[in-house]
Amino acid sequence: MNFFENNFYFLNFKNRSYFILQMDAIKITNLTKKYDKILAVDKINLVIKRGEIFGLLGPNGAGKTTTLMMLSTLLKPTSGKATVNGFDVLAQPAKVRESIGMVFQDPSSDEMLTGYENLKLHALMYDVPMKEIDQKIEKVLALVDLQGRKKDIVKKYSGGMRRRMEIARGLLHQPEILFLDEPTLGLDPQTRERIWEYIERLAKEMNMTIILTTHYMEEAEKLCDRIAIIDHGKIITLDSPENLKRALKGDTVCLKGKNLFLDKLKKLPFVKKISKSDGFVQLTVENSAKNLQKLLQFAGEVDYVEVHSPDLNDVFLHYTGREIREQAGDEMEQLRTYTRVRQNK
Amino acid sequence: MSDRQSRIRKIAKGVYAIWYREIKVFLREKSRLISALFLPLFWYFIFGQGIGSIATVPGNYNHFIFPGFLAMTIIFSSLFNGAYLVWDKKIDFLKGVLISPLSRTTIFTGKVLGCMSDSLVQASILLIIGIFLGIPFTFVSVLLTIVMLFALALGLVSLGLIIGSFMESPEGFGLVASFAVYPLFLLSGALYPLTNLPKWMQVLTHINPATYAVDGLRSIIIHSSSMPFISNFLIVLGFDIVLILVGTWAFNRMKL
Repeated sequence: MNFFENNFYFLNFKNRSYFILQMDAIKITNLTKKYDKILAVDKINLVIKRGEIFGLLGPNGAGKTTTLMMLSTLLKPTSGKATVNGFDVLAQPAKVRESIGMVFQDPSSDEMLTGYENLKLHALMYDVPMKEIDQKIEKVLALVDLQGRKKDIVKKYSGGMRRRMEIARGLLHQPEILFLDEPTLGLDPQTRERIWEYIERLAKEMNMTIILTTHYMEEAEKLCDRIAIIDHGKIITLDSPENLKRALKGDTVCLKGKNLFLDKLKKLPFVKKISKSDGFVQLTVENSAKNLQKLLQFAGEVDYVEVHSPDLNDVFLHYTGREIREQAGDEMEQLRTYTRVRQNK
Repeated sequence: MSDRQSRIRKIAKGVYAIWYREIKVFLREKSRLISALFLPLFWYFIFGQGIGSIATVPGNYNHFIFPGFLAMTIIFSSLFNGAYLVWDKKIDFLKGVLISPLSRTTIFTGKVLGCMSDSLVQASILLIIGIFLGIPFTFVSVLLTIVMLFALALGLVSLGLIIGSFMESPEGFGLVASFAVYPLFLLSGALYPLTNLPKWMQVLTHINPATYAVDGLRSIIIHSSSMPFISNFLIVLGFDIVLILVGTWAFNRMKL
């Protein structure tokens, strides 16, 4: 009954009743997670459609991973409701787990097993028919270009190969929904771009709903159909990358100089927002081509000017008043933990 | 296919999956196998020669302690298998298993069978060495020995996993497991007869499943024991049932 309520809605049309299948992959209502006194996730509401690549973008500690953990039934929400593939995460956790695939932020395969053995273990756990196991393993390995290394133990893989193998593992049982938690964290730029290619390819070929978390702007911009920017456990804004940028209604003007007259600049009608970071003053300016000259007249002693059309970083800055890049220190810390865990084994 | 059939198939495949992984890793880590065999043999020869020269036990002292060393292999390897559970938590492997559709009880069952296989392979190799060392085995006593070791491993693997499910760090596990391993071994009658121990220690030996396993093994290998094989075996099975129930509960409440 629960499945029914979650997935169909009732429609009365020309005196006939219809039940319409609702095409939401994920529906989140007031989802909250509280640790002692810290609100990790604060009343999130979200609907993710089938077949889309959806991004949760935010700095470390924003609540992205906690949200994924709740959606995948590994964490119990403090309050609120979530359905995944039509199943309630609290009432039908086993059904939810059958519907999803997950690639964790930290490596979760067994280093002592070969790539093939890791995938076989996974296939057995997800009840892939015995006759199809080998054939499916070949298929996902081909997708991430790892066929040649399937007989090597995972310990001998590089970080990027291991991540690719784990992505293949997440796909193996053809889940309705695939979660990717920071899929390219700690990888070098070439490997990162290859992984982006794989993600795009599988979204196209397998028509899967993909939810990924990231704090890389380029990653979110390149891959996602829609992005929710999340900070301090709350969704600040949600739209397609293009709309998010368009919503700023202007270009970013970056100024550097001595004794800039910020008060005067604030009063100009075409200046939408002013913020400071790294010794620069960032302004969101409407129609910058026309207004730049006027702007500079009022600005004072300017040493440096840069104008660019807004990127997601500007969007993030606009909504939070901070740059996501400021979290770089945390990222290094995370990387260190990652290597530590790997070396410990 | 009926719903019931497909449910049973899923559980069977899940148990097989967890078992498959345990066995693959076990067979790959040769050092684990070698050290697990070396330790009891080391004790057997050194302790057997040293204490054997002063001990008064029924019959040959080496024959007397051999069942004790079979039990020792099972005690050590079974209990320390729990440490691998703690590692699995640490490297996020366990997250990957817990996020699968398998129930916690299925995971526990697979883990128990996998770890038992490890322990029993080790004990069997020691058993074969024992035959060559001239321990008076017969075909029937070898079979009964394996049955008894199986029963002992079942309970102790569960105990190791119970401890593992509560621990967060491998170091913590080592500490707690040592507290369990040494009393289990030293108070089992593996090295010396228990009849002359002080009263309070005798009480401890009675709540030790290994005591009954060692006594049972002696009854069939050297025909000298305080209870017949079948009573000993049933008592060990009783311990097994309790430990399996506690283990299932512990796995179901385990958090990451």
